[in-house]
Amino acid sequence: MESVAVLAERARRCRAAIIAMGASEHGAHVGGSLSCADILTVLYSRVLNVRPDEPSWPGRDWFVLSKGHASAALYAVLSESGFFSPAECLTYGKNGSRLAGHPLSSLPGVDFPTGSLGHGLSLGVGVALAAKRSGGSNRVFVLLGDGELQEGSNWEAIMSAAQFDLDNLVAVVDRNGWQITGRTEERMRLEPLADRWRAFGWGCVEVDGHDLAELCAAFQALPISTGQPSVVIARTVKGSGVPIFEDRKKSHYVTLTDRLYRRAMAGLNGDRR
Amino acid sequence: MTAVDPDPFSGPTREVYRQTLLDIARSDPRIFCVDSDVGGLEDGFGREFPNRYVNVGIAEANMIGISAGLAAAGLIPYANTMSAFATLRACEQLKIDVAVNRLPVRIVGTHGGLSAGHYGHTHHAVEDLAILRTLPNLTVIVPADGRETANAVRASVDLPGPVFIRLGRAATPPVYAGPYDFVVGRAVELRPGRDVTIIATSALPVSMALGVAETLAGDGISARVVNAHTVRPLDEAAILRAARETAGIVTVEDHVLAGGLGGAVCEVVCGAHPCPVRRVAVRAEQAEIVGDERSLLEYSGVTAERIAAEARQLLDGVRFPREGEGTDGGGRNFDGALS
Repeated sequence: MESVAVLAERARRCRAAIIAMGASEHGAHVGGSLSCADILTVLYSRVLNVRPDEPSWPGRDWFVLSKGHASAALYAVLSESGFFSPAECLTYGKNGSRLAGHPLSSLPGVDFPTGSLGHGLSLGVGVALAAKRSGGSNRVFVLLGDGELQEGSNWEAIMSAAQFDLDNLVAVVDRNGWQITGRTEERMRLEPLADRWRAFGWGCVEVDGHDLAELCAAFQALPISTGQPSVVIARTVKGSGVPIFEDRKKSHYVTLTDRLYRRAMAGLNGDRR
Repeated sequence: MTAVDPDPFSGPTREVYRQTLLDIARSDPRIFCVDSDVGGLEDGFGREFPNRYVNVGIAEANMIGISAGLAAAGLIPYANTMSAFATLRACEQLKIDVAVNRLPVRIVGTHGGLSAGHYGHTHHAVEDLAILRTLPNLTVIVPADGRETANAVRASVDLPGPVFIRLGRAATPPVYAGPYDFVVGRAVELRPGRDVTIIATSALPVSMALGVAETLAGDGISARVVNAHTVRPLDEAAILRAARETAGIVTVEDHVLAGGLGGAVCEVVCGAHPCPVRRVAVRAEQAEIVGDERSLLEYSGVTAERIAAEARQLLDGVRFPREGEGTDGGGRNFDGALS
């Protein structure tokens, strides 16, 4: 098994790729991509049973990026994992590319196009239900934004997953505390978030979403409760890893200039000026 | 006395559908029934195939998303709700999760058109076809009676991509007396004719069209009647034959003018073989009055008299719309008088 240090270096490379996509012509959802970079790195390195050279392998675990606007993070991690070449990340947002602002299912490793918030969990419920009913061992992981939970469709899905005892379904909430115009709690309160999930019948654990060892431990202890779906609420920092973006509303969507790109990369590599 | 088998197709199309679904599920383990608590499925399908049945509760958007997930995982889910809720409440899930992904989800929307009758306009679906026609990769079938419902359900199993089957609520008159050749995407010529063609979709409009053709025959007018059971993909060849071989086309539907069958027929002929098309459709204002399906249809402007008048005027060479034609035409009030 790869060491946490190896994962940390992989996560750093993913962040560099995210920053590079943010420096492309059209920019990217940099803040919310950086906040889930560690989660995705751990999932694809240690947790998901997938075959990059056979993306549709029937025995696979499924991953749904419900917060589709974090596509840059997904592209970075998928390319790191071998689903396609890291060089293809350079085509992000360019005419004719497979790498859109929200993921397209033409890209290897993407099962569902996402981007309209509040869809991913229902899709995950369907896949998990199919696996349960057919005796498959597949697990399904759905990464949700925290602001995304304001979409009511999530709560339909949350209710149904508990009703159907889907302990092969795992929701991960990237709890960075921000949405486009401000703090989630100032826009539409989500707290007490863990209590809400528990009240809906889910096993729930809260972790530091940037502590790779803690993330690994949480994902290795699934399901949290037998017979119940699991939710990992990952407390994260928007723009994590890049000081000029950390916990800043403005990091939501950024088109980095050359100067900003250099500052961001310097910050990523330890220069906190 | 010899016992006579009851006609399995005589009941409401949604009952025929339920029986057919059970029947195909018995030989095809991929069939999965997704219920949004509509009633009638739990005791039948749910009891016989509990492992292939799920009730998601009153949550149509979630149902369509779940169905997309089931289909992505290799099953063939039949998702059940009323057409109004499937096309509007769950529209985005239909578009993104199902249609764009080309997933083999079969959505069965009951209470199509005005068939919800006295339930009121919250349950009517007179804009559903317009919505469905714009979604990519989707096949849209509107069976005209019970026999056609069974044919459509059986044919839907192995169609590529998603399918929407729009059904009614109460029983409607049979259109077919016996077995016939049902092919998805191929309209059925129910009655030959050389003067004018009436193209209809959905149970009562098709029945009305047949009745009107009989009336017109009494006046020496030979009206062809075509049942466009597949609204998408539309049978362009049958429409163009009508355009070439008869003086023009009258369309009849239990749907508003915008984006319905009439509009679809116009889209076909306008480029390939322009001909007069007169569209008999439901006026856009939702009925704020109680009525059964047939009464509401007539109240909303879809009457046998109007269909016949449109056919006659078309043949008279009236090429330009008269007042009210092709927009929100007159209907019939409940005293039976035309307004």
